[in-house]
Amino acid sequence: MQALYAQLLVGLINGSFYALLSLGLAVIFGMLNIINFAHGALYMMGAFCAYFLLSLTGLGYWWALLVAPIIVGIFGMVLERTMLQWLAGLDHLYGLLLTFGLALIIQGVFQNYFGSSGLPYAIPDELKGGMNLGFMYLPIYRGWVVVFSLVVCLSTWFLIEKTRLGAYLRAATENPTLVRAFGINVPRMITLTYGLGVGLAALAGVLSAPINQVRPLMGENVIIVVFAVVVIGGMGSIMGSIITGFALGVIEGLTKYFYPEASNTVVFVLMVLVLLVKPTGLTGRAA
Amino acid sequence: MPEAKMAGAPAANAVPSAAEVLSVQNLEAWYGESHILHGVNFNVNAGEVVTLLGRNGAGKTTTLKSVMGIIGKRSGSIRFNNSEIVRASSDRIARMGVAFCPEERGIFASLDVRENLLLPPTVKQGGLSMEQIFDLFPNLKERLKSQGTKLSGGEQQMLAIARILRTGANFLMLDEPTEGLAPVIIQQIGETIARLKKQGFTILLVEQNFRFASTVADRFYIVEHGKIIDGFANSELQANMDKLHTYLGV
Repeated sequence: MQALYAQLLVGLINGSFYALLSLGLAVIFGMLNIINFAHGALYMMGAFCAYFLLSLTGLGYWWALLVAPIIVGIFGMVLERTMLQWLAGLDHLYGLLLTFGLALIIQGVFQNYFGSSGLPYAIPDELKGGMNLGFMYLPIYRGWVVVFSLVVCLSTWFLIEKTRLGAYLRAATENPTLVRAFGINVPRMITLTYGLGVGLAALAGVLSAPINQVRPLMGENVIIVVFAVVVIGGMGSIMGSIITGFALGVIEGLTKYFYPEASNTVVFVLMVLVLLVKPTGLTGRAA
Repeated sequence: MPEAKMAGAPAANAVPSAAEVLSVQNLEAWYGESHILHGVNFNVNAGEVVTLLGRNGAGKTTTLKSVMGIIGKRSGSIRFNNSEIVRASSDRIARMGVAFCPEERGIFASLDVRENLLLPPTVKQGGLSMEQIFDLFPNLKERLKSQGTKLSGGEQQMLAIARILRTGANFLMLDEPTEGLAPVIIQQIGETIARLKKQGFTILLVEQNFRFASTVADRFYIVEHGKIIDGFANSELQANMDKLHTYLGV
């Protein structure tokens, strides 16, 4: 049984990263209509940012949680202003190709300087050790990742679904021209939204650094699963992405316990099944 | 002098007023490669209800959209309260006090009625309070929690007008507010426009429903092939009925 609980915990942690990353992707797709293939590279940049902050300035994990999303978010906003904004209104394929190219360039640059092996990033002292829950041993850092991700995801959902700012975002997703004609600076809002989505990816990167090490290609594999999460949850659906992210992490963990051979493919099998039954995803709306 | 600025424009432009809110001169507009407006000239004075009449595809909606700044390519001159806005972005034009209610109403499906109402930000002091809005449109108060697009056509139109009244903008552009509505709702919209005029709003209306327009407008302009081809005051309406029937094909 202990192995089952351990896999469930691993599933929840993976689910946390899936949820944070797919949430950022959903926000960006919902608002900009761009399939952001650079998301994995930006997630990696978040982890590297934490590494640089520690090695170059001495700023540790807690500062990295705050500073890395801001720095990478600003980098994302520069990308949006200089490149992505020109793709507005064009076919999705253009955005996909551009962001895929950006991902290759960003990952290539980091790989050139840091190789493919991982750089160590220590768990902060406050979160070292573990707790015996009776039925399993829970490493504190892993528990922290799950709880913190959940809080960030629900806060983002609240921001978008329950606040005036979120109402602007949702309305601009439907009809940006009219929202702008109401006096709202939609281009600036789009840039900030892209920055928010990228910042969430960078935050996931910082959370991941002590568990998965800091590697130039760390975003490459995870982003494929995250796209499956977004498709299953429903493109652009915020709550759909959060629930599906955690659920798929757990399903993947359970599959590792019951039928390990299928653990890498179960997400994609589910994606195919969902697309066959409900092409707009579990919580997506038809266009 | 407004008259001097409007040289060559139709007679309705000659209504004298010191408080010219909107002056459009030689306005040209394009949708992509399609040239839609070919030199539109008209003006709107403070406190007036002015209606653009014309057949389908004449360029009425494009004229409103050009004033609002949501047509990509336009040239000529659009002066709002003596400021040139022909090159301004639509959000800046809105913040100057221009509000636009589109033909398709633009109710947001992902927002409930309250969120739709509160969406446009306040651009000036003096907008209607929620109580004043519910006084004008009592139906909306009962439907605050409903999804915006679940309202009836008439209620959606009321919501579309109501949300721009909150903002403090005192120049309203309403694009075919009666389209597809039942006669009793059309009457209610007409009463609302009359009340807004009394409260000091300046209104530029686009209508195909000439009967409705004749009950609310102070002046009319006829739009055809992307130009203003004629204009007259409401008091001159009877004398111009034959011409009007020819223009509108009714």
